[in-house]
Amino acid sequence: MIELEGLTKRYGEKVAVNNLTFTVRPGIVTGFLGPNGAGKSTTMRMLLGLDNPTAGDVRIDGKRYAQLKDPLKYIGALLDAKAMHGGRSAFNHLLCLAQSNGIPRARVHEVLDTVGLTAVARKKAKGFSLGMGQRLGIAGALLGDPEILMFDEPVNGLDPEGIHWIRNLMKSLASQGRTVFVSSHLMSEMALTADHLVVIGQGRLLADMSMADFIRQNSRSYVRLRSPQRERLLDVLHQAGITVVEAGNGTLEVDGTGAERVGELAAQHQLVLHELSPQQASLEEAFMQLTAESVEYHAHADHQGPGDAAPGRAPSGGPPPGQRPGQGWGSGWQQPRKGD
Amino acid sequence: MTTPPTPQQPQAQPQQPQAPHTQAPQPQQAYAGAVAAPQGPPATAPAAPPAPAAPAPPSAWQQAMSNAYTSPIPVKRTNLGHALTSEWTKIKSVRSTVWTLSIFLILVIGIGLLAVANTQSDDYQDVPFTVPAFFGLMLGQICLITLGVLVTSSEYGTGMIRTTFTASPQRHRVLAAKILIFFTVAFVASAGSILLVGLMASGAHSGPEAGDIPWGGTVFKGALYVSLLGVLALAVGSMLRHSAGAITTMLGVVLVPAILPGFLGIWDSTQKLGEKMADYNAINSLAKIFQIDDFDSATGTSQLVLLIVLTAAAVVGAFALLEKRDV
Ligand SMILES: Nc1ncnc2c1ncn2[C@@H]1O[C@H](COP(=O)(O)OP(=O)(O)O)[C@@H](O)[C@H]1O
Ligand SMILES: [Mg+2]
Repeated sequence: MIELEGLTKRYGEKVAVNNLTFTVRPGIVTGFLGPNGAGKSTTMRMLLGLDNPTAGDVRIDGKRYAQLKDPLKYIGALLDAKAMHGGRSAFNHLLCLAQSNGIPRARVHEVLDTVGLTAVARKKAKGFSLGMGQRLGIAGALLGDPEILMFDEPVNGLDPEGIHWIRNLMKSLASQGRTVFVSSHLMSEMALTADHLVVIGQGRLLADMSMADFIRQNSRSYVRLRSPQRERLLDVLHQAGITVVEAGNGTLEVDGTGAERVGELAAQHQLVLHELSPQQASLEEAFMQLTAESVEYHAHADHQGPGDAAPGRAPSGGPPPGQRPGQGWGSGWQQPRKGD
Repeated sequence: MTTPPTPQQPQAQPQQPQAPHTQAPQPQQAYAGAVAAPQGPPATAPAAPPAPAAPAPPSAWQQAMSNAYTSPIPVKRTNLGHALTSEWTKIKSVRSTVWTLSIFLILVIGIGLLAVANTQSDDYQDVPFTVPAFFGLMLGQICLITLGVLVTSSEYGTGMIRTTFTASPQRHRVLAAKILIFFTVAFVASAGSILLVGLMASGAHSGPEAGDIPWGGTVFKGALYVSLLGVLALAVGSMLRHSAGAITTMLGVVLVPAILPGFLGIWDSTQKLGEKMADYNAINSLAKIFQIDDFDSATGTSQLVLLIVLTAAAVVGAFALLEKRDV
């Protein structure tokens, strides 16, 4: 159980993390999605007490990280960069971590086995490939058999087999009742692993909803139409009670009605169609659109003047500008955030 | 795109802990079936005894929490002892320790033995038997400085520090353990090598011409001096977080006061300062400790006190900076 409240981090002028409030719950995999530079790693460092928040608060099971007496048994974390001394062997790296938390030496062998590094346990970490380094980092995260696991871009550098392995690992860890928080910049990766999704862009919270809702709302299927008799077609569809959206370039988009029905209607009224095609917006597209808007929003914010920053607590509650109402993303923002 | 199993996940809940996460346990169920082999320890993982499907709003929160994973590994409150064991493993499992200490021992013992072989008994009339170790120590102190710097700064250079502080959020405890372990290692190595050289010299030259100067104190003071210099380096490494920068700084601390007095002597106004520097620089301090100055009965105590004060100040600074800074 991780709770963030109004978490904010500034590096000089740059706001890396902007007033994040959300909760990471046990028993599910929570995906933390955002493009590069969105502030995912910074957020995770603040969760671990490595960076001090400019404003706001993080609690692990109600406690500050620094108050944890046996942190490795609470949280296991894989950070994005190789956070280890390359000159130390894999075994010794894990051993010194284990010792710092009073974890028995036998457990080091166990986790090395779990991640498949037993054969290279005595080899220096600097000779490891990116994927092996990730596995060693994951071994360190599993060391204390913690109830909370945090992975920053864990699939980076892994081969397909490794990616498959880590997906299953995360799901099974969650199924044991653990809290699993994993970041990625790839929507497709998240769609395969996460049950719940937190999306950030430019440090701001853009969405916080279940994966199922996200998919339902964003893998919108619709019918695309083009016709030289556009006005008549619009009339016909309107009379049939079908809502049409003009999508530019003379194309029309119809939601919630099958291509068959639209085609039959056109035939009845002897309308010429140049295109009648069922479409499916991909999640990746939806994600890119969402984060592009957060960039747009940022440009606006600069116009309003940079000085309006009430430390850490931007007035919240309303949807951010650039939010298209009714497009699904809103629901992440419509949730009550009275805690702010 | 393949859709994952879609748990009946409610909209995220408000942040107040009191607000029941009505359906939190459900996804757990969804996965409990979907995942074949649980990884991790085979432990008695309380992997979701199927929660009642009917949502029971008031107790759902507690239910979610009681279903949360608990490890079979017993929870221990960590203490300084854990940090010391960990730092001991760290210091002995990297090459830089082996290299710096080997070179240190070769310099002190090697040069010491050469000096023993090229001296006569009457050379020890006015000086203690440990004097041959002095020549090696002058160079060898650079090794301890390097090791001291690396003990802290290499963690920052490699990113290891993030892992370290994640495992031990009590940062002051980590630094304290580093200082204690490093000081012990440095003191044992330097005292051991000085003692060895002293024993060789007294064994080879214990003729009647040799004086009867007690030399036990020089072993202690000499080792203390170079070990403290190493601790100073460790503290500087922790503050600067950069190996090359910290080593350069420490070389400055050792060399500048040894070189500058020559220039400061030119002007009247700086002459006093120059004399003090000449008196208290690291090289001369060691010379005093080993009683090489003929007419001086002082045995380097005030030089040692100055280094203790300086080191203490740097250590205090390192602790003060440690807690506040981002890593
Ligand atoms: N130590 C730092 N000093 C200055 N800027 C930083 C620092 N760490 C991160 N940033 C900036 O904060 C933003 C967020 O970075 P990061 O958290 O690494 O993003 P992500 O992990 O989502 O890719 C970036 O613009 C990055 O340049
Ligand atoms: Mg990152």
